[in-house]
Amino acid sequence: MKNKILLTVLIIFLIFCFVIFLKSLNTSSIYVPAKSEKRELPEFIAKELFLNKEINSNEIFKDSDFYILNIWASWCAPCREEHPQLMELSSNSSVKIIGLNYKDNPKKAKKFLKELGNPFSTTIIDKTGIIAIEFGGYGIPETFIINKNKKIIKTFIGNLTEDALKEINSIIK
Amino acid sequence: MKILKFLFIIFFIFNTYNVTLAKSNDQLELKISKNLRCLICQGQSIYDSQSDFAVSMKLLINKKINEGLNEREIYDLLIEKYGEWIVYDTSLNKNTFILWGLPVLLFLIGGAIILKKLVFRKI
Repeated sequence: MKNKILLTVLIIFLIFCFVIFLKSLNTSSIYVPAKSEKRELPEFIAKELFLNKEINSNEIFKDSDFYILNIWASWCAPCREEHPQLMELSSNSSVKIIGLNYKDNPKKAKKFLKELGNPFSTTIIDKTGIIAIEFGGYGIPETFIINKNKKIIKTFIGNLTEDALKEINSIIK
Repeated sequence: MKILKFLFIIFFIFNTYNVTLAKSNDQLELKISKNLRCLICQGQSIYDSQSDFAVSMKLLINKKINEGLNEREIYDLLIEKYGEWIVYDTSLNKNTFILWGLPVLLFLIGGAIILKKLVFRKI
């Protein structure tokens, strides 16, 4: 009797382990931070790419209903791919697009924008990558949608696809 | 001469204080960076990783320590941005209670079985 109970417990335990391992096989082990939760906008002081002077985040994030902050660099190939999408978004007057130039050479960054067009109302320099982390970014390119209450309401990791563009347009309309 | 000695002592105390403070800040930075996961080289700590993200994260930790934030405040700040996953040493909450509770439960059950066997053997 005792042996039967032990055998049943053992079988249940093995089935439990099997189900857990089977479920784990179909789950990605690569962690991606949550993409849509309201987070406070960090406060920072950064250098502007074209004006060559330091500006406060409060000066950047004002007078608009929505802001799009895009982390980019001239050395980043996916940034080049998503640039037409950013150019398209820049025609929308209800949104202000801010570029965060990540660990880049200012000369090359300016050349990149001259070549492909400049969708950014302000481009700030992040030489150390600290500002990107303050935003909760970890890759490049990455795009953040910020509302007028200075809350990050949506994050797009990787280059902006047509679907992402549709989603952004539905948020900012 | 006395003034000179006095100035030297003040200079010595000030320098010792600065060196001690820098050392303790470095140790705290190391401790924090060893307890944070790198999101790029997943499986490596920020301390071990040489990715761009890890390098920037080390600079941010240093900046926050210099701003006067303590260890817990730095963890909380990063958990808010990246989620609980970023820390190796997770805190006890509704998502992690099994992680923390199960070993204790298994230890108690195991202990109870051993104790029972010992008591029965004595009888």
